[in-house]
Amino acid sequence: MSRRGPGAGVSGLLAVTTLALHACAPDTPNRETGAVVTGVPVTAAAEWPGSFAIGRGADPAEIAVLNIDLGPDGADAPPGSGSVAEGKAVYDAKCAICHGATGQEGPNDQLVGREPREGFPFGETRGIRKTVGNYWPYATTLFDYVNRAMPLISPGSLTPDEVYAVSAYILFLNEIIPEDAVMNAETLPAVVMPARDRFVRDNRVGGPEVR
Amino acid sequence: MGNISRRAMLGATGGLIAGGLLKTQADALTVEETAANLQTAQVDPTKMLGGPTSVVGQRAPSEQPRRGMGNPATTAASRTPIEQLRGIITPADLHFERHHAGVPAIDPDRYELLIHGMVDRPMTFTLDDLKRFPAESRICFLECSGNGGAAYNRNAPRERAPGQIDGLFSTSEWTGVALTTLLREVGLRPEASWLLAEGGDAAVMSRSIPAEKALDDAMIAYGQNGEAIRPEQGYPARLLLPGWEGNAQVKWIRRLEASDRPSMTREETSKYTDPLADGTARQFSLVMDAKSTITFPAFPFILPERGWWEIRGIAWSGRGRITRVEVSTDGGSTWVPAQLQDPVLPKCATRFRHVWNWDGGEALLMSRAIDETGYVQPDLETLIAARGEGTSYHYNTIRPWRVEADGRVFFAQGEGQ
Repeated sequence: MSRRGPGAGVSGLLAVTTLALHACAPDTPNRETGAVVTGVPVTAAAEWPGSFAIGRGADPAEIAVLNIDLGPDGADAPPGSGSVAEGKAVYDAKCAICHGATGQEGPNDQLVGREPREGFPFGETRGIRKTVGNYWPYATTLFDYVNRAMPLISPGSLTPDEVYAVSAYILFLNEIIPEDAVMNAETLPAVVMPARDRFVRDNRVGGPEVR
Repeated sequence: MGNISRRAMLGATGGLIAGGLLKTQADALTVEETAANLQTAQVDPTKMLGGPTSVVGQRAPSEQPRRGMGNPATTAASRTPIEQLRGIITPADLHFERHHAGVPAIDPDRYELLIHGMVDRPMTFTLDDLKRFPAESRICFLECSGNGGAAYNRNAPRERAPGQIDGLFSTSEWTGVALTTLLREVGLRPEASWLLAEGGDAAVMSRSIPAEKALDDAMIAYGQNGEAIRPEQGYPARLLLPGWEGNAQVKWIRRLEASDRPSMTREETSKYTDPLADGTARQFSLVMDAKSTITFPAFPFILPERGWWEIRGIAWSGRGRITRVEVSTDGGSTWVPAQLQDPVLPKCATRFRHVWNWDGGEALLMSRAIDETGYVQPDLETLIAARGEGTSYHYNTIRPWRVEADGRVFFAQGEGQ
């Protein structure tokens, strides 16, 4: 499974034993075996057990309390739903103070904006603002992030219905879903974001080529 | 307080210490204050009793390095003053900070790390549990992937110190339990290819980590430079991913969920992705490429006179050891190898030095790092050609420093080459 299985642990413990003995007696460790010639036999280094039996099993109920993430496939999406209109009410009350009346004014991250509609020139051109509409590849990220981290001064305070609703409103402002759309565990993961296909895996591998 | 009265008080408290007459905390505080004054006030320290021992040491009064930061109300980062440090270890209280919703106050007695998902045995570990497992230590750097953004600009401001440009970089000895040890305990399933790492801060900051890294050299760290991790660096425990971008090394870690796909969190989609000139954005660009910067002489230092000076700096690579650092004093026309200072550790800050006889004329100083993969730190134009002017993160270009004839030194991105 890994380079740090029981074998690595054994050599680590052996090294500690060697150092401890060496500190007391001016003996030279054998470089091949790590053993120390002291006249006192060093029998065998401790081997790792199959399990250290440290820690306790986690039960499903306590896992459920912490398991808040919502992945791109919508797995573990909580029940609930929210409309664009409901989302506007949440946004105006709790989000606009940091993100502006229409999601474009700040002072914190700009959420709304589809420009530039052609291409994806963020790498080519300096200073283009990245928004949910022009850059975010997954709509589920909106729910996941708002649910865990927003509003800034009272994080985690929104109900699932409110998070679905405010996600719907931000997607609507970005012209990605229609005004009558409702977001829930099925519809949100199905939203296809404009920048979805722009993201590629890292191709840097070291070596002489600069990528 | 003037010199005379301070000296009078020093004499008095010195007598108190010697006589064992300190009885109250107020007395002790007075002695601490006078001890702090001692080094600056005394004319001849061999003719006066020295200061007392103390339970926690203090820096010399004349040595007070500070993290660089803007308005605390609007900034979420502070920078290590790399030009003021020696050696490779960053004092823990000068380690850079980057938070996404402030520094949480976590009770170590209530702290737990949950590991679940695609594992045979979902488990929870307390802080004492983590400390009881076989431990390991390693010295490695930690760098924000946005470090050096100010240098990725043909017209970068000249009046910038090394720490203001590259101070989101620090090096510590980290102690903890190898993540493989914990994954062995819970029985990570073969189909698990990712781990979602989640922090216990107000952002519940989360990143998806390839299982390959978790099974290589990842650590759940609880120690930093011999003491408990500082709150700003993830107390009581954090994820450590040697050589990778700082954001992925989730602080205050409370949960790891094994999965067969990344979670596509906000930090790995809308942030910490690198848009490229070809109309794509690089995602999960986690390794920090080789980089170096001269930390002396650099702005705001002024060389007081011509003659022999030692050019000094730091180099590092997320892919292994630094094998060579080259220095130029003529803007990149000629390069000579610098001396690497032991220890040279993988994925760790490496000090380099180069003695230089400054003739009093203008000079353009540069350094470039080469790592064990053969990667050479690129200049600005090379990186712009590879990624585009608008790209974000991983700004590892050569940092040039202009020495003017009057001895002043300025950051000089875009000059020479």
